[in-house]
Amino acid sequence: MTVNTKAIGQVRREKISNANLLMYISIGIFAAMYLAGILIWGGGFRKPQQIFDILNNYAYLIIIGCALTIVMITGGIDISVAGIVALVSMVDVMFLKGRLLPAEGMSDGVKVALAACIAIGIGLAFGAVQGALVAYLDIQPFIISLAGMFFARGMITIVSVEPMQLTVQEEPGILDIIQHRIEIGFLGSPNKKGVMIPARIEIGVIIAIAILFIIAVMLRKSRIGRNFYAVGGNRQSALMLGINVKRTRFTAHLFSGLLAGIAGFVFMMHNVSGNATNATAGEMDAIASSIIGGTLLSGGVGNVIGTFFGVMILATIKLIVTASGLTKPWWQTITSGAMLALFILLQSVVLANRGKKVKLPGWMKLGKG
Amino acid sequence: MPANKKKSSSGFMQKNSQLLIPLVAILILIIFNLIRDPSFFSIGMVTNNDGYPVLQGNLISIFNGASELVILAMGMTLVTAASGGQDISVGALAAIAGSALVKVLKSTEVITPWTVALGILACCAVAMLFGAFNGTIVSVFRIQPMIATLILFTCGRSIAYWINGGATPTVSSPIITAIGSFIPGCPVPTPILIVIFMGIVLGVLFKTTTLGLYVQTVGINQGAAKLNGINPVAVKLLTFVILGVCCAMAGTIGMSRLSLINHETLLLNVEMDAILAVAIGGNNLGGGKFNLVGSIMGAYAIQALTITLYAMKVPSTDVKAYKAIVIILLVVLGSPVVKEAFRKLKNQISAGRFLKEKGAA
Repeated sequence: MTVNTKAIGQVRREKISNANLLMYISIGIFAAMYLAGILIWGGGFRKPQQIFDILNNYAYLIIIGCALTIVMITGGIDISVAGIVALVSMVDVMFLKGRLLPAEGMSDGVKVALAACIAIGIGLAFGAVQGALVAYLDIQPFIISLAGMFFARGMITIVSVEPMQLTVQEEPGILDIIQHRIEIGFLGSPNKKGVMIPARIEIGVIIAIAILFIIAVMLRKSRIGRNFYAVGGNRQSALMLGINVKRTRFTAHLFSGLLAGIAGFVFMMHNVSGNATNATAGEMDAIASSIIGGTLLSGGVGNVIGTFFGVMILATIKLIVTASGLTKPWWQTITSGAMLALFILLQSVVLANRGKKVKLPGWMKLGKG
Repeated sequence: MPANKKKSSSGFMQKNSQLLIPLVAILILIIFNLIRDPSFFSIGMVTNNDGYPVLQGNLISIFNGASELVILAMGMTLVTAASGGQDISVGALAAIAGSALVKVLKSTEVITPWTVALGILACCAVAMLFGAFNGTIVSVFRIQPMIATLILFTCGRSIAYWINGGATPTVSSPIITAIGSFIPGCPVPTPILIVIFMGIVLGVLFKTTTLGLYVQTVGINQGAAKLNGINPVAVKLLTFVILGVCCAMAGTIGMSRLSLINHETLLLNVEMDAILAVAIGGNNLGGGKFNLVGSIMGAYAIQALTITLYAMKVPSTDVKAYKAIVIILLVVLGSPVVKEAFRKLKNQISAGRFLKEKGAA
């Protein structure tokens, strides 16, 4: 018992590592932005449903953010994830509409379960091929995953040129299942007529949060999770420690593919449509949220909780821009870019001045750092 | 060291092995097209709408269509070599530059050669400014290039939209048409001439100055470069500014082709193709040594592949999937593991022959 408390005490006295510092900064910025939203614009920001709306809309981004965090920790990159998301959503919608395989006599529940299996299968296939090429043939992961993205995006139009949509008229049973929302009464808010509307969460959010915690625990506690960090930190040392570097990199890409497949299923559940332009530039959003959450592209540093807050920050930026009445179409992205720039520079300034006895100007000081 | 000796013994192959992948790629495409349809390579003279004889054919459209990509790939090679990362904002930056050019052209009633020159200068200046912005974040603040340029990637096309006040204006001027297609009397498409011009400028720059050496030094070891009196910040910044000029030229060509600026579709996804060209050209995406010729050949190989697929009546939306398969085949052939296996096989064969000769003697 005493040993335990001592150990905890020691941990507490340790300095915060750079990665955790970046994560704390992003959590702080998210809190500050959301607080500013509540104080200045009020309205939607005051309702708990706003948070749930963000989660509902960006559940898939949280999952592919986790995928990129894992790959980036091992020092690689995977830009095929959004392509896989789009491909999976198209194939799933085609399957659920019965255009892909004859699915006569199946109950709607079985169909949805099979669609999930198809999603996981596609994801694993992409992950396995890309992982094998990256790890065992030693090809740059950027090129391989770029080819993966091209292939996935090209396959969408080969599967179906026209956009596909699940409709209430044709597939009411399936929509009932995948659009099921969990209602939380006490977090609800009254609408204009004064009727309490309960807060609604989609199943996809539950999946995303579950994956987030599983990956977080895996990265901290499991052997494969620690191997990811070791390989990303220094491949040579990892090799000398007896870690199977090739298999570790392969596993990272396999995980990435699997998560992208699940993200595609979650995306399909939210949007119920298949389209070649689904999740456009989603890979860049995922990379950005990983980076904002404190993951380094060079590898060895990062965690998925930070990535989660990275996604929340990106979403809140969009909300604030919309709320602040900048209605011209270009302002939203220009402001997002400016905020991203501010954030990236802030990270750099904080990291560069860490441990130095440099006196920062008052407005740049951030705690004891 | 025996390993080093072995390398120097086949020095020529080692030196040129970097160009192996793009060469093989182009060779495969040529052979494939020869078997498929020899008339693919025919070049003819036709009279265009203005009554001038111009060159026409698949080869010309490959060289013409790849112009923007080649220019961007040259700049991207430098940035990759110096900072070990890629600029993903080139497409957005080209859109900004093109919008700036249109803005200048639209501000006058009559478009004279002087306005066009002024416009191109202005668009170069704007692009260099944004390039310097990217470069500053990368070199001074030490952010990985892909993240630093993510900012412009996110908002660049919106800035282009904002420059022209939310419209997609058209420019009708014979000068702009000449830049986008043909100069009257000259049978070669103008974009090809611009590429040749840019190639000569960069070639002279690297032949007469030590910039190329500096870029490589900074890319290989920044600390060592600093100790040797090279300012890594300045070198990185300079590569980004050069890439800015390349983006301005690409934006000018892209705008002139259609005589209008569409911020959403101008050079869409070109950044991926440019990075691919650099990689196919045998350059290490992690920085260090670079080879401009390789990147240029890589860019032409990509365009040749696209035109070949179009000639085979593949729908334009499906081209990506086939492109991906070819890319994977190429990089697998060029991967270190496969190369090593080939080398071993070659050694075994030559060793076997040697033993036989010995036995015969």
